[in-house]
Amino acid sequence: MKKQSEPTGTTADPADQEEAMDAAEAVEAVVCTGLEYSFGRTKAVDGLDLTVRSGEVFGLLGPNGAGKTTAIRSITTLLPVPPGMVRVFGHDPARRQMQVRRMLGYVPQQLSADGGLTGRENVSLFARVFDVSRRERAARVAQAIAAVDLTEAADRLAKTYSGGMVRRLELAQALVSAPRLLVLDEPTIGLDPIARTSVWECIDEVRAATGMTVLVTTHYMDEADQYCDRVALMHRGRIRALGTPEQLRTEVGEQLDLAEPPTLDDVFRHFAGSGLANATENEGEFKDVRRTRRTASRVG
Amino acid sequence: MSVVPVAPPPGSAEPAAAQSPVAAPRRDLGLLLVPPPARSGWRVVLARILAMCVVELQKLRHDRTELYTRAVQPALWLLIFGETFTRIKAIPTNGIPYLDYLAPGIIAQSAMFIAIFYGIMIIWERDSGVLTKLLVTPTPRAALVAGKAFAAGVKAVIQALVVVVIAALLGVALTWNPAKLLGVAVVVLLGSAFFSCLSMSIAGIVLTRDRLMGIGQAITMPLFFGSNALYPVSLMPGWLQAVSKANPLSYEVDALRGLLIGTPAHLGSDFAVLTLSAGLGIACASALLGRLAR
Repeated sequence: MKKQSEPTGTTADPADQEEAMDAAEAVEAVVCTGLEYSFGRTKAVDGLDLTVRSGEVFGLLGPNGAGKTTAIRSITTLLPVPPGMVRVFGHDPARRQMQVRRMLGYVPQQLSADGGLTGRENVSLFARVFDVSRRERAARVAQAIAAVDLTEAADRLAKTYSGGMVRRLELAQALVSAPRLLVLDEPTIGLDPIARTSVWECIDEVRAATGMTVLVTTHYMDEADQYCDRVALMHRGRIRALGTPEQLRTEVGEQLDLAEPPTLDDVFRHFAGSGLANATENEGEFKDVRRTRRTASRVG
Repeated sequence: MSVVPVAPPPGSAEPAAAQSPVAAPRRDLGLLLVPPPARSGWRVVLARILAMCVVELQKLRHDRTELYTRAVQPALWLLIFGETFTRIKAIPTNGIPYLDYLAPGIIAQSAMFIAIFYGIMIIWERDSGVLTKLLVTPTPRAALVAGKAFAAGVKAVIQALVVVVIAALLGVALTWNPAKLLGVAVVVLLGSAFFSCLSMSIAGIVLTRDRLMGIGQAITMPLFFGSNALYPVSLMPGWLQAVSKANPLSYEVDALRGLLIGTPAHLGSDFAVLTLSAGLGIACASALLGRLAR
């Protein structure tokens, strides 16, 4: 597996030398320590402790309103979090926002390609905003487009693309800057099974070639089972279970004393289902979940 | 060896190549292994402004419908309002035909109409995830807002060119001095940057398209009628003259009139006010952009 080089950046501030040393030695792609985030009175993330190892595909799973997207938005600098709660390759997003962003490739939940531009222009925009030089831009954009199998459609307007093609185009946009951490927020939501497979094949192939770390949220347990090295089950803002899919299945199978090995869907229900039942009994908490969902809907 | 189905299975729009159950052969990803070197300081801002302006031009190249439809309203103002008031001779314009007096005002108005609804585009970009993705790039918010503001300006300059051509066809005695026309482009760019930032700032406060549409419509007419676009400020009541003095559109119109038809203008103060307004607008919209991201 090839290793990516460290992105260019300076740490001239002496006060940050310790952080820079941590960053140089970092083997963990993401470390969250007691991460908290609230929307008004609703605590979306409540003391999240999480470590994503460098080079792995890590799945963040959980029911709607569990806090996955809020956690992802905190890691990707979209939400302001206090210093010390998050580290990305040793850098604190609260203090080194630009350095962290240079290491990130991000694909949000929505199909976010600009339909008024061609596929190539969409990727080229991201090459520009990541400071790819004019000399290298065309070749880099072409490689990113080829990496996701869109070369033939590259000069068509993105509004003519299918959902799966848009998702692959977004991957190309994220890959053009050679990110060390690729963050995918429900990348296959709303796609048919064939499109889902093609998106995951692209992720798998590029990850194998570049050695990048992938942090993904998904509701599809079969995908998590097949493609993630480790998964964390999140519920009500906290991690309820963490391990390889195999470990979680075995653990739940032993706990429930099942005759047949459980699926990851069973594991999901085991950790998330009971929590929702409790929420229904407690009106206040159910309102909180509903409010979180409304907020999530408002922010897209 | 990969097995490719003869025809795509029903129910998927994915192309046949992507439906192979076996991953495609490895491609050359050499450049995707090395992050690009980072720009810093003012070069980041310039690079982002350029990137956003290029996107705006690319979109206009693919679809010019908006350019044509937006040309209708200024054409009607000049043709109907302009021609009629030229005959009435009700507005004192120091001996200049009213149509000539009106043309710079209509250029400023059409540019403002483009810019004042730019916040809707920001909200659309928020809803569609485009803004979120841009906010995760190494782009300071001020650079992103400046990029969007000047992209609105580029669109407005192209619109202004269309109105200049219409005015010329109607017989307005415009200057064709390249330096003055360049000045016109700069004035329109700065004015549009301010109004687009005003719109993005309101977007950052109201957060929804519907509310922004209402507020946009509510402020557009006062800005237009409270300026010197249609009549001299000296004709206004005292309180409206005060509004006009605080209205950047008045300075834009004054500069455009001076540059295009050679009326006495305060170009120095006009450029200063427009530059300051654009700067303040960028600062204000940048501060409020975070609300859209949450």
